[in-house]
Amino acid sequence: MIAEAVLKPGGDAATALYIVAFSLFILGLKQGTHPTTAKRGNMIAAAGMAVAVVTTLLLDGMGNWGYIAIGLAIGSSVGAYASIKVKMTEMPQMVALYNGVGGGAVALIAWSEIRHGISVGGAVPLEDLIPTLLAGIIGSISFWGSNIAFAKLQDLIPTRPLAVPGQQIINAVLGIGVIVLAVIIAINNDPPSQGLFILILVCAAILGNLVVLPIGGADMPVVISMLNAFTGLSAAAAGFALQNVALIVAGTLVGSSGTILTMEMATAMNRSVANILFSGFGGAPAAAAGTGEQRPVTSIGAQDAAIKLAYADNVVIVPGYGLAVAQAQHAVKEMARALEKRGVTVSYAIHPVAGRMPGHMNVLLAEADVPYEQLKEMDEINPEMPRMDVAVVIGANDVTNPAAKNDPNSPIAGMPIIEVSEAHEVIVIKRSLSTGFAGIDNDLFYEPNTSMLFADAKAAASEIAAEIENL
Amino acid sequence: MSLFTEFTIFVLAIFVGFEVISKVPTTLHTPLMSQTNAIHGIVMLGGLIVLGYANDPLEYLIGTIAVAFGAINIVGGFMVTDRMLGMFAKKPKPKADADGKGGSGK
Repeated sequence: MIAEAVLKPGGDAATALYIVAFSLFILGLKQGTHPTTAKRGNMIAAAGMAVAVVTTLLLDGMGNWGYIAIGLAIGSSVGAYASIKVKMTEMPQMVALYNGVGGGAVALIAWSEIRHGISVGGAVPLEDLIPTLLAGIIGSISFWGSNIAFAKLQDLIPTRPLAVPGQQIINAVLGIGVIVLAVIIAINNDPPSQGLFILILVCAAILGNLVVLPIGGADMPVVISMLNAFTGLSAAAAGFALQNVALIVAGTLVGSSGTILTMEMATAMNRSVANILFSGFGGAPAAAAGTGEQRPVTSIGAQDAAIKLAYADNVVIVPGYGLAVAQAQHAVKEMARALEKRGVTVSYAIHPVAGRMPGHMNVLLAEADVPYEQLKEMDEINPEMPRMDVAVVIGANDVTNPAAKNDPNSPIAGMPIIEVSEAHEVIVIKRSLSTGFAGIDNDLFYEPNTSMLFADAKAAASEIAAEIENL
Repeated sequence: MSLFTEFTIFVLAIFVGFEVISKVPTTLHTPLMSQTNAIHGIVMLGGLIVLGYANDPLEYLIGTIAVAFGAINIVGGFMVTDRMLGMFAKKPKPKADADGKGGSGK
């Protein structure tokens, strides 16, 4: 196989095989619409990838096998190791990193293409040059933006918004500068200037850093989704540059997926994408933080909570990111199991931004063996709320705050929430009355049918489970 | 392939992408993202192609890193997706060691 390559680049056979590959991607994604078929869908997509890679290795002109082997060996082992080791709470970081390396790969490929164009000599056709420039720009922005997102999620840098003075202006100048440089390269493309191209990569890199740095922790689900969309676009651009149909289709699929997720996340926070990118609210200097006024709350212990839960018919658990931080998902599952043994119906109400990336909470609960049938989406559970005897809020805050519905002046006004206050009784497990990401008081805590259980989520859930068993 | 053919493919792929992805339930959005990370690994093809005509040390380096990055996406993406989807697929069965897997702190 190594001796003589058999396929002509851009030839019929290669293109046909690439069509097979992207068809398998689409089929794989289609199977991803249900938990029972998704695993098979992932296999189908992986098979498509195998077809695409083998086809490319068989292309005429393939060479430098030693380097290819090194790249494949390093990348595969790093990827395999990371995917086995990663904890489910760390999935957002991992996806951020994958977004990053994907964008980085595209930027490097674009750079190589520019060098190739120079060495071939003569003017590079614009229909190849323009997508190459776009690939370089978007790739570099995604790479650096994703690294910052990763660093924030991993707590390597503060998750609060970090802004430099005049940020918007600097960003605008960088953005315009990148476009001007690209136009200059495109006009004097005989040959294109490598120096200017590297300058583009650098400017885009700074821009990527500056755009993500001011975005706070609560907005991370949007940022990750958006960078996901960006990497997809960059791959599609690289596909145009290399005239490779597999790259165009696969990149576009990824871009569509990232775009859909970005829009869903923004809707779930009742904010526009532009607002998230340019206003750095996800930790704004505590807009209306504690006015100092003390309001009475009802506080209960684990035993009372256990009694309330054990004699209920329908219990809904509302998990938030605090549950993941406390690693409480298994303890919560134990509590639910104890309730189910007594004939209580338990369901879980998942707000779209309950975790730190789209669907994150669902994965955490699935890891703890919660059957996916019990995981209810917000729109599904809200109409059921008045039927619920007890709602248990664990580690969630802003997504349950009735102010989003009732107070038009609240910073989170209009944000869709899980309407726990509609349930007969509410138990909130929380360490203190501190505010959530939005930095505002939660009216829920002070409502007459709410009881606060001040404790660590994991310890409290285990204790309640034990109390229920003893009843 | 003409630019217009490429554009046709691009536009159709946008519609197919939106059509297919919008049917994925919220529950599966995290695996969806890691799976699209894996599919994004298709850029490794680009790395292989540019490495194919690389002919100086810098180009070898750029190409090798691009291939490695792509391979991380492909292998890591598909494997971690498989791991996650396994959690959704498995039957809820009583087991005592559930706590072992979640890891202990950071």
